[in-house]
Amino acid sequence: MSENSVNSGRRNFLIGATSLVGAAGVVGVAVPFVGSWNPSAKALAAGAPIKVDIGKLKPGEMLGPIPAWRDKPIFVVKRSEEMLSILESKDDRLADPHSERPMQPEYAKNDGRSIKPDVLVLVGLCTHLGCSPKYYPVVQPEQFDENWIGGFFCPCHGSKFDLAGRVYKGVPAPSNLEVPPHFYESESVVVIGEDGGTA
Amino acid sequence: MKKLIIVLLMLPVLSLSSLSHAAGGAATYPLMEMEPDLNDKASLQRGARTFMNYCLGCHSLQYQRFVRTADDLGIPHDLMMEHLLFDPSARIGSLIENTMTVEHARQWFGAVPPDLTLYTKLKHGPEYFYTYMHVFYEDESRPLGVNNLLFENVGMPHALLELQGLQRKVCKEIPRLAENGGEMRDPLSGEPITAKACDKELIERGFSPLELVEGTGQLSPEEYDQVVYDLANFLYYTGDPNRLDRERIGVYVLLFLAFFFVVTYMLGREYEKEIH
Amino acid sequence: MSAIQQSFKNVMDWVDARLPVTETYEKHMSKYYAPKNFNFWYFFGVLATVVLVNQLLTGIWLTMSYVPTADGAFASIEYIMRDVEYGWMLRYMHSTGASAFFLVVYLHMFRALAYGSYQKPRELIWILGMVIFIALMAEGFFGYLLPWGNMSFWAGQVIVSLAGAIPVVGEDLAVWVRGDFNISGITLNRFFALHVVLIPLVLIVLVFLHILALHEVGSNNPDGVDIKKNLDEDGKPVDGIPFHPHYTIGHDLPAIVGFLFLFSIVMFYFPDGGGYLIEAPNYEPANPLKTPDLIAPVWYYTPFYSMLRAATFPLFGLDAKFWGLVVMAGAIALPIVLPWLDKSPVKSMRYKGWASRIFLTVFIIAFFILGYLGTQHPTAGRTLVAQICTGIYFGYFLLMPWYTSVEKTRPVPERVTMR
Repeated sequence: MSENSVNSGRRNFLIGATSLVGAAGVVGVAVPFVGSWNPSAKALAAGAPIKVDIGKLKPGEMLGPIPAWRDKPIFVVKRSEEMLSILESKDDRLADPHSERPMQPEYAKNDGRSIKPDVLVLVGLCTHLGCSPKYYPVVQPEQFDENWIGGFFCPCHGSKFDLAGRVYKGVPAPSNLEVPPHFYESESVVVIGEDGGTA
Repeated sequence: MKKLIIVLLMLPVLSLSSLSHAAGGAATYPLMEMEPDLNDKASLQRGARTFMNYCLGCHSLQYQRFVRTADDLGIPHDLMMEHLLFDPSARIGSLIENTMTVEHARQWFGAVPPDLTLYTKLKHGPEYFYTYMHVFYEDESRPLGVNNLLFENVGMPHALLELQGLQRKVCKEIPRLAENGGEMRDPLSGEPITAKACDKELIERGFSPLELVEGTGQLSPEEYDQVVYDLANFLYYTGDPNRLDRERIGVYVLLFLAFFFVVTYMLGREYEKEIH
Repeated sequence: MSAIQQSFKNVMDWVDARLPVTETYEKHMSKYYAPKNFNFWYFFGVLATVVLVNQLLTGIWLTMSYVPTADGAFASIEYIMRDVEYGWMLRYMHSTGASAFFLVVYLHMFRALAYGSYQKPRELIWILGMVIFIALMAEGFFGYLLPWGNMSFWAGQVIVSLAGAIPVVGEDLAVWVRGDFNISGITLNRFFALHVVLIPLVLIVLVFLHILALHEVGSNNPDGVDIKKNLDEDGKPVDGIPFHPHYTIGHDLPAIVGFLFLFSIVMFYFPDGGGYLIEAPNYEPANPLKTPDLIAPVWYYTPFYSMLRAATFPLFGLDAKFWGLVVMAGAIALPIVLPWLDKSPVKSMRYKGWASRIFLTVFIIAFFILGYLGTQHPTAGRTLVAQICTGIYFGYFLLMPWYTSVEKTRPVPERVTMR
């Protein structure tokens, strides 16, 4: 076994080839381990679209945090005429009043961020760190805001949203509350989790 | 030493092959052959339809989901929902369960009908089920009026009776056997010499002791074979729904490993040169 | 030296002053001298390590979806098989791995028997190895209950009932182990804890010690020659070669890939192993009212199971059940003292006499026959054969002091041979 018998060029090439193929193998082995963390068929089934009857919801009332979709609380708010007029005034304290950032399907990119002007459907989780905001519908001075005009307040980190789920400036939450895909199966039944092919 | 290695490595293989026979032993009636075909989507779809219509009332597929079945069998979701999903509370993602309670089952059949998701795995293949569905026969002594050659004193009614029709146990004229094991023939006419045989004797000689009562079934025997084949094929699928995926992925894995082996072997040779 | 190499060296110097990384690497890899004449039989140690890693990883991943309750266990296995993405692959890797583990460990042990790897100064390596084997059997047994299939249940029932054979305390012990009067969800829960936490920890520690002990005294080889007797001017064994890279890359890597190829064939195309790897009765949930027609343990226990069944007559006023337990426990434990049973002056079968060779061959054949009989229904004839083979099994060990000391051995060469 003299040193001459070692063909270092060939050896280095083979080391490189082995490392390369070996790395591909490791990636391949990782696939099942990584893939198994995706939502299972059970989770997908549990996360299927839900139907909500809003027929009995009175103006100003909110349905939530139940129903839940994909185990997330869903807020369904029926806004009164008065609430809607406040929304139109567009408080200049809002960070994204025209909903430029895509936190809603196209069909809900309007002042009320809703399909029907009066019915708001939201995922009830703060866009900051995922706490569920509280519903404060009444226009009155609150501890957290002297000029409160109604909306949602997150108790975890103090983020504020108006009655269309639009975020205020100067709070930790970066964007408006998310509007889930939804559509109206009938006048009083809204399907949440699916946009009914209208998107 | 090399020979010893080969012998040692072969022994488990040899003993494996002997087990497959030992395992299926208990049957009293020889199993009929059937070759399942997971690529025959039409057959699997027909099997699924038969199952949902005739079996699901009593037997669930509680580990299998509608959506998975629809995707694997190439059934569009809306068709599945419309034609194969009868429970109004079930959704496409639901498990294939039925609404029969344990108490009702005990009351009606004396036992809870087993879940069938894994039945073909439990029975070492679809042949048992395929045969079982062929050998129901009339038996007035049983509470439900039928019995089964493969499963004595069966507690289940013949669910496909209207399709197959009623079978009766009969005695048949079959060729007598000579002492050398050959069939006896009349030396003049060449006609086989026959004798009456019943029940077990018929089975031992490879004849069915059952006879179909004409006009009691909606399907011809060939059509009925196909229905039962499709159903057995479908249950073969539910027993191991990943099979096609697994065998497909296996090819890629083996090809990759074979290639990797060549590379590592060549590299290994480079180092082994220095050892020897 | 380039700047990159220099900075790498600086980092390593900093680390080495605080943690002996380079020293450990050299001691166990680049300057661990292994005999040059390793052959086929020297693959199985590293293959066992590969399988251990596979079992640990897939096992941890399986616990992420498994439910250790009597109500949920069986359904959760089917949930893994159907609903979890690639769950079937992880499960089959684990179930095939269990059998592969025993296969490579048995071959590894055979190698030790053939080449006398248990002899002085490697007694402790052998003992640690035997303890690993026993821990592995326990690991496999506890794990077998977890799918909560009907075979799981009844196999658990049979083995735990064994404890009942111990006089006086037996029945109470069996109840204590189960935590219930029959195998139940309570038993399942504790077996789960043992299978996924305690025994794996024990196994890892034992494997670590096994390798540490091996590297302390150095590897044996097919000739049984001590390579440390022949050193060159630098003090390295003339017949040795650095473990890394010559064995790791030159010898083990292709073997691992080849092994994975065979493993994949089984895993992707014969995951049930014809009923040997996953038994058919395990496709229905545990049913305490219905025993499967044939209770056969998984193939890797069958030799010992046969010996258990071979005890069919009472002795010294104690019943056969008790002696079955004694025979099985003895068969598992007896090899531990092997280093002191072998009186031969030589290690390897290559230089031992005919008596040793014949005894080893007959022993292996008897072991295979016992393994086969363990999968079958016992009959009078089979039980007799099992009793004879059990005798051979014990004879191999108990007669060893005699036949290894009287047989004529062949001269051992000074240097290793490369055949």
